[in-house]
Amino acid sequence: MNYKYFPHTDADIQHMLDRIGIKSMDDLYADVPESVIVKEYNLPSALSEIEIREFFKELGNKNQQLTIFAGAGAYDHYAPAVISQLISRGEFLTAYTPYQPEISQGTLQYIFEFQSMISELTGMECTNASMYDGTTATAEAMLMAIAAGKKKNKILVSSTVNPNILEVVRTYAKFHGVEFEEIQAEDGVTSKADMEKKLEAGDVAGVIVSSPNKYGIIEDFDGFADSIHAKKALFIINADPSTLAVLKTPAEWGADIACGDGQTLGIPLNYGGPYVGYLSCTKDLVRKLPGRIVGATKDVDGKRAFVLTLQAREQHIRREKANSNICSNQSLMALYVTIYMALMGKKGLQEVNELSYSGAHYLYEQLLATGKFETLYNRPFLKEFTLRSLVPAKKVQEKLLENGIFGGIEVEDGCLSFCVTEKRTKEEIDKLIALIKEM
Amino acid sequence: MKYYDKLIFELSKEGRKGYTLPENRLKNYSLTALPENLKRKEEAELPEVSEFDVVRHYTNISNKNFGVDTGFYPLGSCTMKYNPKINEEICSLPSFTGLHPLQPDSTTQGALEVYYNLSHALAEISGLAEFTLNPYAGAHGELTGLMVMRQYHMKRGDLKRTKVIVPDSAHGTNPASAAVCGLQIVEVKSKPNGRIDVEDLKPLLDDTIAGIMMTNPNTLGLFETEILEIAKLVHECGGLLYYDGANLNPLLGKCRPGDMGFDIMHINLHKTFSTPHGGGGPGDGPVGVAKNLVEYLPNPQVRKAEDGTFYLHRSEDSLGRVSGFVGNFGVLMRAYTYILTLGKEYIKYVGPLATLNANYIKESLKDCYYLPIEGVCKHEFVFDGLLDKSTGVTTLDVAKRLLDYGYHAPTIYFPLLFHQSIMIEPTETESLETLDEFIAIMRKVAKEAIECPDEVKSAPHNTPVRRLDETTAAKHPILRYRDLKAM
Repeated sequence: MNYKYFPHTDADIQHMLDRIGIKSMDDLYADVPESVIVKEYNLPSALSEIEIREFFKELGNKNQQLTIFAGAGAYDHYAPAVISQLISRGEFLTAYTPYQPEISQGTLQYIFEFQSMISELTGMECTNASMYDGTTATAEAMLMAIAAGKKKNKILVSSTVNPNILEVVRTYAKFHGVEFEEIQAEDGVTSKADMEKKLEAGDVAGVIVSSPNKYGIIEDFDGFADSIHAKKALFIINADPSTLAVLKTPAEWGADIACGDGQTLGIPLNYGGPYVGYLSCTKDLVRKLPGRIVGATKDVDGKRAFVLTLQAREQHIRREKANSNICSNQSLMALYVTIYMALMGKKGLQEVNELSYSGAHYLYEQLLATGKFETLYNRPFLKEFTLRSLVPAKKVQEKLLENGIFGGIEVEDGCLSFCVTEKRTKEEIDKLIALIKEM
Repeated sequence: MKYYDKLIFELSKEGRKGYTLPENRLKNYSLTALPENLKRKEEAELPEVSEFDVVRHYTNISNKNFGVDTGFYPLGSCTMKYNPKINEEICSLPSFTGLHPLQPDSTTQGALEVYYNLSHALAEISGLAEFTLNPYAGAHGELTGLMVMRQYHMKRGDLKRTKVIVPDSAHGTNPASAAVCGLQIVEVKSKPNGRIDVEDLKPLLDDTIAGIMMTNPNTLGLFETEILEIAKLVHECGGLLYYDGANLNPLLGKCRPGDMGFDIMHINLHKTFSTPHGGGGPGDGPVGVAKNLVEYLPNPQVRKAEDGTFYLHRSEDSLGRVSGFVGNFGVLMRAYTYILTLGKEYIKYVGPLATLNANYIKESLKDCYYLPIEGVCKHEFVFDGLLDKSTGVTTLDVAKRLLDYGYHAPTIYFPLLFHQSIMIEPTETESLETLDEFIAIMRKVAKEAIECPDEVKSAPHNTPVRRLDETTAAKHPILRYRDLKAM
């Protein structure tokens, strides 16, 4: 059985069996009922490394590399080369959760940096060590609101929130026994009047909105916090952290909890994962914040150090009384976006938004000028927007696809969303416009 | 090596840059046009550093970390095996990493094939019908699996089944996942031999029981020898059996949870299937189910059409959606690479060799550490502290002393069945030499506990930092640089 991942020689095995005092490897499983012992798996035969490379090269050829003009929860932003090199270091990649802080200061420190940077972007006082993704972070924000709301058991979610987020929150709500209600949209944004009406009905623990919303619109949440807080509910904003370098922060809107997906901070599309969720809150809520949290402290010699803290909230201590079952974070991806934020820094993230804004608004105008689209909602947006298509939506999608472009996600019947990031060149945008003109 | 003690913020200097971006050729369109009330008032205080600053900084802090690549990591219940490098190469292929998750199925056939074939390989290894790979982690898989359990009962209109039985030795995530899923927890006791007490279980089984959550081998590393009887009893009462796949590694090549009667299970790809732990994630927590539960799996599901193409499917009976897209796809790529690399010829040795390694350590140390339950274990085992309790040296002290000698500590104070638990899991990728060196150090620490206990109690001495003040950290939490700077 000599094999590259098993260092055991036959002599080693014999020596070990002797020490244990058994005759054969089978004796290690003598207590397993004979009826469930498996003979052989129906699996493919082992491949050498040369064959593995060839295998995946061929599989990769079955995928189509497209120019991405789509968003809807996954964005094609630029990632500096430094990041993948650094996160591949075995010291980061192959470490476990930092339960032994004395030999995990690398992990603990970058998580502290992650928390600090996300707090800078959201304006919130506390951020945890990261969540699986933006959808589950939003569901956890809901659980926080329910836990903080004592007996209140209803959550209001704006219907302008991305449908995948909405669906995940709905799933968690259903099984946790939380009443889930949607707030109507009005002219592409959350209806404040409908929200207030539903708050009035009582029992609301939290309200969830998003910015930008599923149409790409930057919503104006003026007065939301007052209405929500008047009913002692929590205000939860799901926000794209990349845009927060320029847009009004959840803290400035008066949110109690901010959440979202850090994928926009340079993480490759990766066919949907791994991404990284973030979850931030006010100081008052920190003991309701799920997952890992890193804090600064000192060691016995007075050296500055970092450690997992407030662990009394977590599942391994509180078991069924914990507010969440989350155990891990999305640590390596938190490192990914931390390095991204360090490289891009204060100015770079603003520049990314400026470039995306310029490209998206150019495309928006030019698409309208083709006469093949018309305005859906005349509202501010940044990198993503939605138009009503005057030709069948499917035809637009197919035409683009035939020409190597993925764009035009159908947000609603006949309404297509497009997204432009700093990676899209003017030539690529012009090509898309020319294809639409041909239709 | 010089001790490095900087935060990235402390390298910041106004005007430094770590990036280049193309020139804006569409300057007519500018953010300045956005309404003022939609913009943030003050700039986010992100660092301003050069590219090389960033490279040195993160390289330096990585040196304060310990990974599987650094040294032996006998962390019980965590299966810290070698993370093959080819997996990293494959998961980084641009032909996969460039795919947008909402691209039409016709343009993602390679990715869908990976998903479909991996899920079927896991089904074969587990003896279950079908897997979803959407859950992001073990705990997320548990939650999803319990949702399947509840969805099954709900769809049958059996609404009173709201309790789930969890052994007292279970991982903390089991009861927490059950609670998040809206289930009440009923605890079943272990017998002195560490196994579930079937006599204690019987009276708990009635028509309010949704199911039971078990790990097998359990958290003591012991095989639940009465599993077939337990499965029969739970099924007879109308409940389902949930298998916590945290301890799947020793079963590889020997037996399958599905054959033992389990209906639902999750797998930690970052344990059994060699994907890196990444300092606490991303992992992936696929959930497998028996045939009658397939429709309840979360959406989207990946199916194969008659013409051999793959597509994303939305099941009407599904419990709903638990993830943005189709899980941590990059992690799936690594696990699939691992399975194809080992193939049916070698995967069957994983469990037996892991089990061999664990028993070898156990037998080599039980004369200086207290082994509460004798007999052959599986992939891991638990000591209840040092054999000689008179020294005052605790499990924590032993763990910290091991750090001085270049080892990661075992899992400590878990399971909760003993006061001084030391849980050791060596995995199959460690050599006899590594185990012998570890055994020698463990014996040395036991000796030190008698001869120079203070040296052990004040350990570690040689690590980048020493024992931390966790109490102050929790009492006055400082969670971001802005607050640290203000102090």
